Amino acid sequence: MKTKSLLSILPLSLASAMAFSQSIDVEITNLTHGIHFTPILVSAHDDTTHLFSAGMTASDELKAMAEGGDTGPLMAASAESVVDTDNLASGLLAPSASTPVTAIETGVNTHLSIVAMMLPTNDGFIGLDGWEIPTDVGTYTVYLNGYDAGTEVNDEIINGGGTPGVLGIPAAPGMDAGTGATGVTDMESNATVHIHRGNTGDTNLTGGISDVDSRIHRWLNPVAKVVVTVK
Amino acid sequence: MKYLSSKSTTLAVTILAASLLSACGSSSDDDDVVVVDVPDETAMVSYDITLTNLTANQPLSPLAAQLHASDYQAWKVGSVASESLEILAEGGDNAALLAVDSASVYSAVSGTGAVAPGVTQTLTISAEEAGEMELTLLTMLVNTNDAFAGKTGLDLSALAMGESMKQFLPVYDAGTEGNSELAGTIPGPADEAGEGFNMARDDVDFVARHPGVVGMDHGYSESVLNSTHGFDSPAAVLTVTRTQ
Repeated sequence: MKTKSLLSILPLSLASAMAFSQSIDVEITNLTHGIHFTPILVSAHDDTTHLFSAGMTASDELKAMAEGGDTGPLMAASAESVVDTDNLASGLLAPSASTPVTAIETGVNTHLSIVAMMLPTNDGFIGLDGWEIPTDVGTYTVYLNGYDAGTEVNDEIINGGGTPGVLGIPAAPGMDAGTGATGVTDMESNATVHIHRGNTGDTNLTGGISDVDSRIHRWLNPVAKVVVTVK
Repeated sequence: MKYLSSKSTTLAVTILAASLLSACGSSSDDDDVVVVDVPDETAMVSYDITLTNLTANQPLSPLAAQLHASDYQAWKVGSVASESLEILAEGGDNAALLAVDSASVYSAVSGTGAVAPGVTQTLTISAEEAGEMELTLLTMLVNTNDAFAGKTGLDLSALAMGESMKQFLPVYDAGTEGNSELAGTIPGPADEAGEGFNMARDDVDFVARHPGVVGMDHGYSESVLNSTHGFDSPAAVLTVTRTQ
């Protein structure tokens, strides 16, 4: 507390000169009962960078991640000083599974963001936006909510559509979803990043309005737990 | 007059404080001076545990409370539920869990009766003083297949006499019974043909956060649950106060 208030009155140049690389461990747990996460991107960056901002239109790079799980464009757009750590789970992170504890050297960066697509959803993702990395040694737990990128209509039709702009859900990795749905909706009223309202789903595996199973592909927030150990 | 009355109040408070202090003083003297290395069997800690059911229409099964060392954990996200947890989560019966035979569990207490929505209940749990003092508290949402709300491994060791700690309870899914919501699978009043514990495991077989229920009002016509049985996290709020 004292250090913080001291820093805030220091000239900016002096404060940035005091920034030093930190060694942190990051472990992410999928808290859900039936939702998979695509490869997870952990990004260490400065206090002005955002992979996403609630209430703002998603970038094309975020859209690619949220609609298809592709973190490549987000990483390609990162500034040189950013430390991106991708694919912590070496593929999908299954429901209730945890990533290996992953060591990250933060370099000059002070803040952490985390994103990964939630499957099966149209453009749902787990999100941490610019969390300030504590400077005190210790273990910190952060809970993540499920966001909607606001870029794709949540029709809940599983058709392999993972390319940005292509309507539909890429896949249900649990192989427990249906086919032949007519679609839940064809319009959205909020085109900005917002808290996901959840899947609607139905219990008809060969038709109905949704290919998503309403009993299985549900979640309540938070959807992920992040344990950060500052060493 | 005013002065006098205010003075007498001060006096009363001073006397009370003095008597409290001397009561505390003598017991801590026992700890510090008389018994140094030998554990004092009479040194106890007690906690009042107050829970309020925050759900709309999910009665909570009798509370299960345990004080324990840090190596005990009643459940873990991603791990298979113990049978005693399954029994509690599917049928609201806490007896097996509270009877768990573990050197790490200091004491176990059950609440009295179910806790209805909006109702607050307090129970007291005590144990011999120990360096590690953690609380596990859990309860079933009885109008579900296998949902429970709770905390395990809540560290109370830093809680001083008279201090309180407030916690909101998330909802977990034991993963031992599919969330079918069908008649004959749910022990609570929503299901007249209700069933509690069934040893068959027909779900994912790991503990996770609960996904919530669907209900007949949201298009799942076979469900015995309606919109009133919906819930979100947290399902309850817990206050732990150290009283001894």
